Amino acid sequence: MVRFLLSGDGPRSLILSVIVALIFVALATAPFLFPGSRSLEVAARIAIFIVLVASYDLMLGYAGIVSFAHTVFFGLGAYGVALAGAHLGRGWGALAAGALGGTAVAVAVAFVIALFSLRVRAIFFAMITMAVASAVAVLVSQLSWLTGGEDGMNITIPRELTPAFRLDLEIFGTRVTGKILNYYLVFLCCTVLFLLLLRVVNSPFGRVLQAIRENAFRAEAVGYRVVIYRTVATCLSAGVAALAGSLFAIWLRYVGPDTTLASEIMIDILLMVVIGGMGTIWGAVVGATIFVLAQNYLQTLMQGAADATAALPLVPDLLNPDRWLLWLGVLFILSVYFFPTGIVGRLRARG
Amino acid sequence: MTAAPDHTPIMQRPPLSVRMQPWIPVLLIPALVITGFIAVGNPTSWLTLTVSGLAMGMMIFVIASGMTLIFGLMDIINFGHGAFISFGAFVGVSVLIALGGLTGVPSLALNLLALLAAVLAAMAVTGAIGWGFERVIVRPVYGAHLKQILVTMGGLIVAEQLIQVIWGPKEIHIARPEMLKGAITILGATLEKYRLVAVVFGAAVFIAMRLVLRHTKIGLIVRAGVENREMVQALGYRIRRVFVGVFIAGSALAGLGGIMWALYQELITAHMGNEIMVLVFIVVIIGGLGSVEGAFIGALLVGLLQNYVAFIEPKAALVSNIALMVAILMWRPQGMSPVIKV
Amino acid sequence: MSDPLLSLRGVKTDIAQYHILHGVDLDVPRGQVTMLLGRNGAGKTTTLRTIMGLWQPHTGDILLDGDNIARQPPAIIARKGVALVPEDMGIFANLTVEENMTLAAVSGPIDKTRLEWIFAVFPPLRTFWKNPAGNLSGGQKQMLSTARAMIEERRLYLIDEPSKGLAPAIVSTLARALRDLKQAGATILMVEQNFKLAKALGDHAAVMDDGRIIWTGAMAELATDAGLQERLMGLSMEHA
Repeated sequence: MVRFLLSGDGPRSLILSVIVALIFVALATAPFLFPGSRSLEVAARIAIFIVLVASYDLMLGYAGIVSFAHTVFFGLGAYGVALAGAHLGRGWGALAAGALGGTAVAVAVAFVIALFSLRVRAIFFAMITMAVASAVAVLVSQLSWLTGGEDGMNITIPRELTPAFRLDLEIFGTRVTGKILNYYLVFLCCTVLFLLLLRVVNSPFGRVLQAIRENAFRAEAVGYRVVIYRTVATCLSAGVAALAGSLFAIWLRYVGPDTTLASEIMIDILLMVVIGGMGTIWGAVVGATIFVLAQNYLQTLMQGAADATAALPLVPDLLNPDRWLLWLGVLFILSVYFFPTGIVGRLRARG
Repeated sequence: MTAAPDHTPIMQRPPLSVRMQPWIPVLLIPALVITGFIAVGNPTSWLTLTVSGLAMGMMIFVIASGMTLIFGLMDIINFGHGAFISFGAFVGVSVLIALGGLTGVPSLALNLLALLAAVLAAMAVTGAIGWGFERVIVRPVYGAHLKQILVTMGGLIVAEQLIQVIWGPKEIHIARPEMLKGAITILGATLEKYRLVAVVFGAAVFIAMRLVLRHTKIGLIVRAGVENREMVQALGYRIRRVFVGVFIAGSALAGLGGIMWALYQELITAHMGNEIMVLVFIVVIIGGLGSVEGAFIGALLVGLLQNYVAFIEPKAALVSNIALMVAILMWRPQGMSPVIKV
Repeated sequence: MSDPLLSLRGVKTDIAQYHILHGVDLDVPRGQVTMLLGRNGAGKTTTLRTIMGLWQPHTGDILLDGDNIARQPPAIIARKGVALVPEDMGIFANLTVEENMTLAAVSGPIDKTRLEWIFAVFPPLRTFWKNPAGNLSGGQKQMLSTARAMIEERRLYLIDEPSKGLAPAIVSTLARALRDLKQAGATILMVEQNFKLAKALGDHAAVMDDGRIIWTGAMAELATDAGLQERLMGLSMEHA
């Protein structure tokens, strides 16, 4: 059963299996195991970024396409929900319509970008997507009549998903609220999407993608239409990213350029996928978890270290909690050089 | 010695339409300026916008030229190029602040002296960082595009963070030197002095680059290397040294662009480089990767278009440049002046 | 064959999975023309490129006047007086004929008398001196490529199939130029499929097969012995 769900592509390493199982259990029980709104925020963010990063891995790690427009798709899903909520009113139907609408638009945009630029060299594609992403971010923050501009939009979601909704039920001493139901909606959808991605990369389609990544010329010669495969991969990846964006919007009950479209988020995704392990899907689980935890808790640690070294020159500046990205950047570069398959690749090689 | 063989040369003068082809991109600039005149509809605003567009274009060119040459010669796209812009800006601004005694007095000579010191410092530091960047970040990933994109992005992240470690996380405001403040009025149009200086400066860099590339042996080696690296080595030139030299020069030019941009905006942040890079990417793509002339034309087009459109419909400025890129790639998929590669 | 200018000893080169040298032993005598013959894929071009340093042999020695140049960078080998006229000619198409020649003169400005000699053997180069090399015809490009090697006195000229795909009139122009070069005392190692040209220019011949030298001797001996040709190259080159 588990084997079937994982599409026969498990973690394939004892240590990794334990880590993944721990993450899964922790996320599944987060509302009760780690009560408190901050830890619930962190858990939801981890779940959503696992899916977002895994969908990016489908493009980068499996199809060998470097795109900087992934936040655009993420954003389209989020804004889809927001706009549907604003125009269709509160309700489950609006939520679904927004998520599906945003996803459809994201797939369409991905299709256009892919058709237009996948024939060109990888660096062209990377540069073009970067330009498009930044144009979209600027546009969204300027079209305030539609998107709320820099301020973003608050989202109305069904009452059952809000903290105001309280169930007459307590588990481990924690009262079940709409917020917790919302969390489980996110968690369930993310689990399904992740398993879906795992299925995709282990299908014949996924294997062709890998063949293309290894040698596009040979794959073409053998008879695979490289452009079509890459286009489909881009569209699939965009669709999943948009759904992740919808979940993020539903969870935050807010969407704005900073939460979905900022270039910083794109860089975060890149860091997560590379540190976790490109071309493994499982890397997304490890990468996103480490990154989001670091984002939220590493800074506390660094503050302690900075205080401890306050007497030294420069060191406290380097250990300043705001400089946590510096160290992840260094880790990122080292990852690309020394373990390009990331933590997952490392763990698998050991086993 | 033998007599000359009876060989009839077959080369003939190509027809006008063929000879004109390389010049079509150049003609786009006057075409855009004229279109801008019609669209803006107000001669004085148009003149102001044109100068400001040219100034912006020149600065982008200074940055893009190094990037496009590095790509042409080494087949490397440095996504961390923006880091050199930011570093150049911070170093240059620090020098200008330190030389407040020279910038604050109303003496053109002293102001320019301070500016020169800032420019030289910015270029020296970014050139040195470029040298280190090439050795540590880029050299291990020659020939591997995917890794190049990732690792140079990583370099950018680290560099931006280091700027914040050294100069603090806050943006820095910088006043222009006294004599470069304000504007002059020509034909009723208000032209900021600094923009005129930027135009002259950028044009000078372009002319100097062309002279070096066209009329020196090192320029010859670089142009030949862009076409066929292997043959340049087989003729007896150590291309590795040329690589390093061009990388250092390209980084120093980005640093120069950084300090120019800093005085244009009068504000610097650690992320400014990466923000400018979006326009730089558009420029090198539409110019044709590896082509300095293409980058020059592309930069002026982007600068002018950005300013005209921003005047007419501010929200469409960046989108208009994306549209320009799409249009040019439809017309010439390799960019306007692609370099013939062997 | 005493005191050769160039000696290859047990040179082995791997490039991906094909074009492999399995231990080449070859002597190139001073001041003479050595023809490197053999069927396609025998490793002739690989041998020239390995000598030039464009491909690195993983074992073996390449001695240029006793100096082991194996595994040195191509630029250093070029500076030691080795010039290559590659099979694809390696012309810089965006550069003018003049710029191509200027680059080839590594040790300084172009020698005027040598240039006059080159103009005399390749007149089109004078005509199109200021034109982009990319506009030249195929034959003119081959002239330029050969002229680039000739612009300075080299210790060793490596010439890869100069007659490939050219019209007979141009081949005879090239042949005359190479004969001039030979008479000036140059040492040449040349790959050539055109047996008539090889016979006319060659003093020595070395025949390769499957990445090895399988026969060396005087060109005249090979040229007159159809049976030997048949045995070495699988067909009589005279009629090929």
